[in-house]
Amino acid sequence: MSYQHVSSPAAQPGTFPSNRPQFFKRLWSVFSFSNAGLSALVLFIVALVLLPLGSLVLSWQDVQWDIWAHLFETQLMGLMWNTFVLVAGVAAGVTVLGTALAALVSLCDFPGRRWLEWALMLPFSIPAYVLAFVYLGVFDFSGPLQSWMRDNIEGFTWVDIRTPLGVIAVLVLVFYPYVYMLARGAFQGQGRSLYEASRLLGMSAPRTFWRVTLPVARPAIIGGAILAVMETLADFGTVSVFNYDTFTTAIYKSWFGFFNLKAAAQLASLLLVMIAMVIMLEKQLKGRVAGQNERQRTMPRHQLNGMAKWGATGFCGAIFALAFLLPVVQLVWWIFASGWIDLNSRYFSLVVNTLILASLAAVVTVTAASVLVLAKRFQPGRLSSWAEQIGGLGYAMPGALLAVAVMMLFGYLDRQVVNTVQGWLGIAAQPVLLGSIFALVLAYLIRFLAVALKPVTHAFERVRPAMHEAARILGHSPLAVSRRVYLPMVMPGLLTAMLLVFVDVLKEMPATLLMRPFGWDTLAVRIHEMTAEAEWERAALPAISLIIAGMVPVVVLIRRSRVD
Amino acid sequence: MKAKMAAWVSGIAAATVAAFVVAAEPVSAQEAAKNDELVIYSARKEHLVKPLFDLYTEQTGTKIRYITDKAGPLLARLEAEGKNTPADLLITVDAGNLWQASKQGVLQSVKSDVLEKNIPANLRDENGDWFGLSVRARTLVYAADRMKADELKGYEDLADARWKGRLCLRTSKKVYNQSLVATMVERLGEDTTEKVLEGWVNNLAAPVFSNDTRAMEAVAAGICDVTVVNTYYFGRLQKKKPDNGLKIFWANQDSSGVHVNISGAGVTRYAKHKEAAIDFLEWMSTEEAQHIIADSNMEYPANASVAPSELVSSWGKFDADKLNVAIAGEKQTKAVQLMDKARYN
Repeated sequence: MSYQHVSSPAAQPGTFPSNRPQFFKRLWSVFSFSNAGLSALVLFIVALVLLPLGSLVLSWQDVQWDIWAHLFETQLMGLMWNTFVLVAGVAAGVTVLGTALAALVSLCDFPGRRWLEWALMLPFSIPAYVLAFVYLGVFDFSGPLQSWMRDNIEGFTWVDIRTPLGVIAVLVLVFYPYVYMLARGAFQGQGRSLYEASRLLGMSAPRTFWRVTLPVARPAIIGGAILAVMETLADFGTVSVFNYDTFTTAIYKSWFGFFNLKAAAQLASLLLVMIAMVIMLEKQLKGRVAGQNERQRTMPRHQLNGMAKWGATGFCGAIFALAFLLPVVQLVWWIFASGWIDLNSRYFSLVVNTLILASLAAVVTVTAASVLVLAKRFQPGRLSSWAEQIGGLGYAMPGALLAVAVMMLFGYLDRQVVNTVQGWLGIAAQPVLLGSIFALVLAYLIRFLAVALKPVTHAFERVRPAMHEAARILGHSPLAVSRRVYLPMVMPGLLTAMLLVFVDVLKEMPATLLMRPFGWDTLAVRIHEMTAEAEWERAALPAISLIIAGMVPVVVLIRRSRVD
Repeated sequence: MKAKMAAWVSGIAAATVAAFVVAAEPVSAQEAAKNDELVIYSARKEHLVKPLFDLYTEQTGTKIRYITDKAGPLLARLEAEGKNTPADLLITVDAGNLWQASKQGVLQSVKSDVLEKNIPANLRDENGDWFGLSVRARTLVYAADRMKADELKGYEDLADARWKGRLCLRTSKKVYNQSLVATMVERLGEDTTEKVLEGWVNNLAAPVFSNDTRAMEAVAAGICDVTVVNTYYFGRLQKKKPDNGLKIFWANQDSSGVHVNISGAGVTRYAKHKEAAIDFLEWMSTEEAQHIIADSNMEYPANASVAPSELVSSWGKFDADKLNVAIAGEKQTKAVQLMDKARYN
């Protein structure tokens, strides 16, 4: 929610409040320029997201009836059902698991809590497709577990773990950190006042948790679950390793099987509709709980005893072991089994490329998110509130298709605009956008804007208008206010956003594959090269490097957000 | 109220511009096109093509720049770039993809006596849009420790009821299976093909697998007795676990022959270095390059006068399907539709 509702009910969207001090009016003309600039920037960002997505909608001009009829007759209903089961399962799983873990580490005390608190965040650095192939490697019939069982248990042949439950379990283990992270912040940030009030009014501690603490954290929990759902909708890597057919399977089948990119785009635009529905559902579910923020007096910790104490340690430890320890150990094992053949000087350039791309994308994406959030703050109105909604759409598109949409747009711009201008200037026509690092970073921006928007919004909400006004009244120039009030206050939140985007870009595969400039191979690209040929062992080295690179920001994140 | 914002915006903008300048590309696609270099889009994996590129650069001095991706996205990129494309050559696996590239008009026809001499007619496009560079045989692999080879006949025979609960297959989403079924459609017609597919699905011992290696491991683990794979996957598995009891059976030897596919290449329609691209293509069809292309992945050389590696030869000789591999592309859509109908996932 924007802060106007809290502090100055007089402020109307789009108009300048009349009860503001005189000097604001004087400065109006000076800043109307930056005002227009801001609107222009917002429009630019919205256009960036909408144009590629729009090209998906445009594909409907030429409806591919035969493909639709065929899919409808054979598979579509089953795929829809599979997708629904997967999304519902993952949503339920991440919500319960993430909330439970967050509540345990932030409201209770048990042996190993301080350590598990950040360790439980580490699975965020593991790409879903990596966990998927590791899990199949370990638990499938050819893995060590079932091979051992075949040798030692009479009559045992095999158990197929490629079930809906198996896929859901893998996705829950990689996506629960979204909920965990946001819920933990909400539990720790809500302070003790509400808790104390509830206890003073006679509610028991457990009842207080269910009736007060949890509902206050609800928006954060749902926000995390929605991110997980969007990731699930867009996922292709994990489901294809498990051979679990979902809606994205139909999209890729139309593209690669039927050579029909148009039908693929049409199917994908349906996915957009689903996402829009999810976003609306989020608004409904979140309700109108005002965010509480009282960092000075944190919640008292409930001291667990006896069985409960060790139960909590065991539960958190088990999740950590399954989601992080096991895959890492297996990957390291594979590295030693396959030798270090791939480790050469070129390998380090992969690491460097990955880091540069991720950092660039992080800065650019958070900048764009800040622009959208600032616009909503200073120019409340239709444009800015729509802009924020639209900004989130790119996140749930299957990466490869989004990449193609962006690519078609840039290819068109290159041919129609850039080459024309080059013609006027008398230089040889050549593409500028496609195949440039600029295009790739923009693709990341479109995809991961949603990830940055939440923490950035939160960061700016911390600066209450009263603070700003106080600083001005105390004689600071607007520039000094931005330097001494805004910067220190929003910087931590912006850093959080950057780290999140950074880790997501590290893991991103399809857009990187398609749009990278020559020589810009990354770790994810290398993983693709190996896994596409089922050479899991040789994918282990880049996968571990990726996890290590992603762990650093994750640890920073969690250390910074620590309250005690 | 707005000044801090202006400061913010300009500060961040400056930082971003600086970041882009720092990370400016070492060589843009266009510079690559200007210098005397060759630009290649490859759907064949980097570790398979890189040694080839390095050797060519060493011998001729022509530098090669490349990116790798799946065939579908690379085709989309070629089409989006249009005449702006920096790519001179498209290397991809599966004849279906090459056929599609040619149909989309992103390739140009090449007339070359060397290529026509080295590459058999059924492994290249009749207009010279693309040429096969290596041959990949897709055949049966069975559990030699549990059953005899004379039980086996070929692909269509696996639909027979005596294979009930003994067959493992890879997913129909993989183009190798689509190509195999496409040749069946061409030879047997749609109705018979559909019956075969239904038979396969009925005989499955387990839900289909996501790759050939898993399917073979399933045979080795005793889940089923026979599966259909590309021979180089068999070779890789043999290297890792030599005593798994699996053996190759050459399918359809008394009928159509073993289904073969290719990896191949074609010169792009808007190639900036057409001559260099053709030179490279011709070089790839010669003995030295053919050994690298085929042996690095345990495939068969497309050039019939070049012998496969010792290991590959040890699997025995076979009669290959004589159909032009372009059929894989022409009938692919039909094949996928039939597989969907038969609920072969």
